[in-house]
Amino acid sequence: MKRWYKAGRTALILAAAAVLLAGCGGALDPRGDRAQDQYFLIMLSFGIMILVMLVVFTLFFTAIIRFRRRRGDTGDPKQVAGNHRLEIIWTVIPFTLILILASFTVVYAFKHDEVIAAEDAVNVQVVGHQFWWEFNYADYGIRTAQDLVLPANTWVNVELTSADVIHSFWIPQLTGKTDTNPGLTKTVAFKTGDPDVYLGKCAELCGEGHALMDFKVVVKNREEFEAWVAGMKEPAPAPATPAAAAGQEVFGNYCISCHAVESDKMSLGPNLKGFADRLTVGGFRENNDMWLREWIIDPQEVKPGATMPAFGDLLSEEELDNLIEYIRTLK
Amino acid sequence: MTSEEKGVTSVAHAYSATVAAGTRRGFWAVLKDWLTTVDHKKIAILYLLGGTFFFAIGGIEALLIRYQLMFPEFDAIPAQLFNELITMHGTTMIFFVAMPLVFAFMNAVVPLQIGARDVAFPFVNALGFWLFFLGGLMLNLGWFFQTVPDAGWTAYVPLSGADYGSFGVNFYVMGLQISGLGTLIGAINFIVTIVNMRAPGMTFMRMPLFTWTSFITSVLILFAFPPLTVGLVLLMFDRLFGANFFDVTQGGNVVLWQHFFWIFGHPEVYILILPAFGIISEVVSTFSGKRLFGYSSMVFATVLIGFLGFMVWAHHMFTTGMGAVANALFSVATMLIAIPTGIKVFNWIFTLWGGKIRFTAANLFAVSFIPTFVMGGVTGVMLASAPANFQFHDTYFVVAHFHYVIVGGIVMALLAGCFYWWPKMFGRMLDERLGKWTFWTFYPGFHLTFFVQHFLGLMGMPRRVYTYLDGQGWNTMNLISSIGAFLMAIGVIIFLVNVFKTAAKPADAPSDPWDGRTLEWSLPTPVPEYNFRQLPLVRGLDAWWLEKREGRTHMTPAEPPGPIHMPSPSILPLWMSVGLFIAAIGFMYAKEPFSIGFIRFLFEHYVIAAGGLALFFVCMIIRSLKDDHGYHIHPEEAEGEAAHQ
Repeated sequence: MKRWYKAGRTALILAAAAVLLAGCGGALDPRGDRAQDQYFLIMLSFGIMILVMLVVFTLFFTAIIRFRRRRGDTGDPKQVAGNHRLEIIWTVIPFTLILILASFTVVYAFKHDEVIAAEDAVNVQVVGHQFWWEFNYADYGIRTAQDLVLPANTWVNVELTSADVIHSFWIPQLTGKTDTNPGLTKTVAFKTGDPDVYLGKCAELCGEGHALMDFKVVVKNREEFEAWVAGMKEPAPAPATPAAAAGQEVFGNYCISCHAVESDKMSLGPNLKGFADRLTVGGFRENNDMWLREWIIDPQEVKPGATMPAFGDLLSEEELDNLIEYIRTLK
Repeated sequence: MTSEEKGVTSVAHAYSATVAAGTRRGFWAVLKDWLTTVDHKKIAILYLLGGTFFFAIGGIEALLIRYQLMFPEFDAIPAQLFNELITMHGTTMIFFVAMPLVFAFMNAVVPLQIGARDVAFPFVNALGFWLFFLGGLMLNLGWFFQTVPDAGWTAYVPLSGADYGSFGVNFYVMGLQISGLGTLIGAINFIVTIVNMRAPGMTFMRMPLFTWTSFITSVLILFAFPPLTVGLVLLMFDRLFGANFFDVTQGGNVVLWQHFFWIFGHPEVYILILPAFGIISEVVSTFSGKRLFGYSSMVFATVLIGFLGFMVWAHHMFTTGMGAVANALFSVATMLIAIPTGIKVFNWIFTLWGGKIRFTAANLFAVSFIPTFVMGGVTGVMLASAPANFQFHDTYFVVAHFHYVIVGGIVMALLAGCFYWWPKMFGRMLDERLGKWTFWTFYPGFHLTFFVQHFLGLMGMPRRVYTYLDGQGWNTMNLISSIGAFLMAIGVIIFLVNVFKTAAKPADAPSDPWDGRTLEWSLPTPVPEYNFRQLPLVRGLDAWWLEKREGRTHMTPAEPPGPIHMPSPSILPLWMSVGLFIAAIGFMYAKEPFSIGFIRFLFEHYVIAAGGLALFFVCMIIRSLKDDHGYHIHPEEAEGEAAHQ
């Protein structure tokens, strides 16, 4: 019975591996240079370990099936102290396997610690906040949040730090994670893949909102990226409708102290320049009027632990409508 | 007979009556007996009870966690409570379940296995237990005050610090501080016991493997707990007295805590798993009917694992940005541990090989330990590769890995140990049939829970998330995982039923029910208070089996019968622990604005804290100044008792 259970388990391993290899996302569907290296190491170590498990399991199941005590057999089995040849074999072979894995590990450990000085490399400062991400492009004078916009197939150097507690910056399909430590900076490089939207996550417990501290990595082709940079540097157009104008006033009364709307301004909360084009509200909900409204009324209801106060009681329905209309003009 | 001797006689009789026939004395007498005991066998039972109590709490927390993660965006448990649950689950299971249960078996078995009458410092042994128990209560006190530690069992600053952490983290800091003291002195006790108190002929290389692993574990504790204590003291100063060790705005450093924590934390893994290895070695060898294959290499591997265990702490920190050199070195060092561990696995398999294996409940758990532990081990090697670790770290892959090691390894071994040593500890055999039911629910439940988590991690599910969004392909596996957790719970409940059922049976277990190989099985059941009437002469590895196969029914004594020195019971260990408990409360609430002025005064001026410390030191002084030579049990008394049995 036990044997069949184990056999079933092995089948499950293989089936699951097959499904995953087909690409379910995450680290197993790498799209960037770093993530591809890491995928290779995962598969290499996985392969070696499957090999080890096959050998050990074969010996193990043979032993427990062949050497069960038969009914009525009362004598002692032969007492064996050990066997030097066997002991040497099972020291040397694992050592060799470890040596293989260790060699690749050391090579990639050094490779993945390099900052890339390529001419077209993009440099971004990433600041983790409870519970959102700030992205500063010092080279372009742009500050933004939640959507990390990058050109395709380009090296990116991210300088990581935090404004409060430790977070961890992770884009599974592009690169493994590196912590953002308050008071310290660490720069790591990764290469973007083809134009697409990739999921980014916080991987270090950072408080109540940790589970939902996602961000999006929006990879555009070069021209679109340049256009985005140019657009971000343009001042926001004046509100075209009376409602939006009224909304701007509401924004000025309640929101501006924490949210800048020009990309070169420092901002306590996420900088909202270009918010209308962002993919999400709060980093993980679809950017539509419904979620934006929910968010303004009670951010903690959408994302527990969010530090923005709730405005549901302060704003009338009309003010809310106007505010949303204004925010929609922040392109 | 002098009056003193009469007193001794009655004590000894009362003892054997209690152990043999259950409680015939009054409730208060029994309670007093357990609160003041310094007998390693009773302290073992206290550790077992304490560990089981906290296991129930930690287990319920685990079930709540799996309940919340059963469905995407499920809102059974709010985010804050979830963070509290994961923190308490981890802290409880490591410090207040695995540690005391390991100590339970060390106490129950090690003195018997080396042929000693007790541990070297029975008083310290009792103190160790009470510090552990009150530390555990301290940790859980937060539930009553509705402010619970919530920064993860690793309590990374600044999330656990003065600025961002909740008040509840104080319970974590103080609870671990108090119980850590207990663990440390417990370890010192076992080192001294094993080095000094082995019976004649019990050389180091004749020690049973459980004793060896307990010895190495104690050495690891001796070196690993001080760094934790230092870290906790720094955190305590930050939190309670406004220091700035971890405050970056004042020149502190947040990564420093992680180093302190893991310099302790990684050896802690080996502190727990080595005794588990020991239990497996004993059980597998006994039920194969063979001596342990490659005994010397097993000892060597144990020592090597202990040594390497201190060289690898930073593999928990690959993603903190330590740089390539540190990452590469710690990767390679970590991988090296696979080699001695592999040696152990192969030695167990070849102990089974050629044996005549009896699949008792104990052995079912022990044998199944081998493949599950191998699975936990190989994922450990995968995690050791730093660049790949950037993807694994803080995902469910890690959760799966360490649960394979801790549940598939340590818990399986502890269950094996329970079924194996229960007759020696309690004089009753656990029910084999219920034991097998436990196995066939717990073991599949375990794999169901944790196997899929490897893949959840690889697919990008971070650990410590209170919920996850729909549409990421994680739903089915999370549901499977939760179902598995409930299956494990059923296994545990069957085990508890087994324990109660067994407790109701008469204590009639034979003294050597498994055809055991080591000295504990040479003793009568129940084991007399003084263990060995005459110290045994050990003539080789598997000393008792050796004698049995030469047709003897008793160990050859190494000394003539003589008066046996026994330590007196003492209530002081309990009061000392209570003193520290009170002091901790006093310091924690010093700044609390109590509404009642007098209470506020007491806390504000550290009267409570000072009172607790005073109680602690007064007990210490009493212990130091009061001459207590214990008492003696005389040979004719011991003879009479032997005849009586």
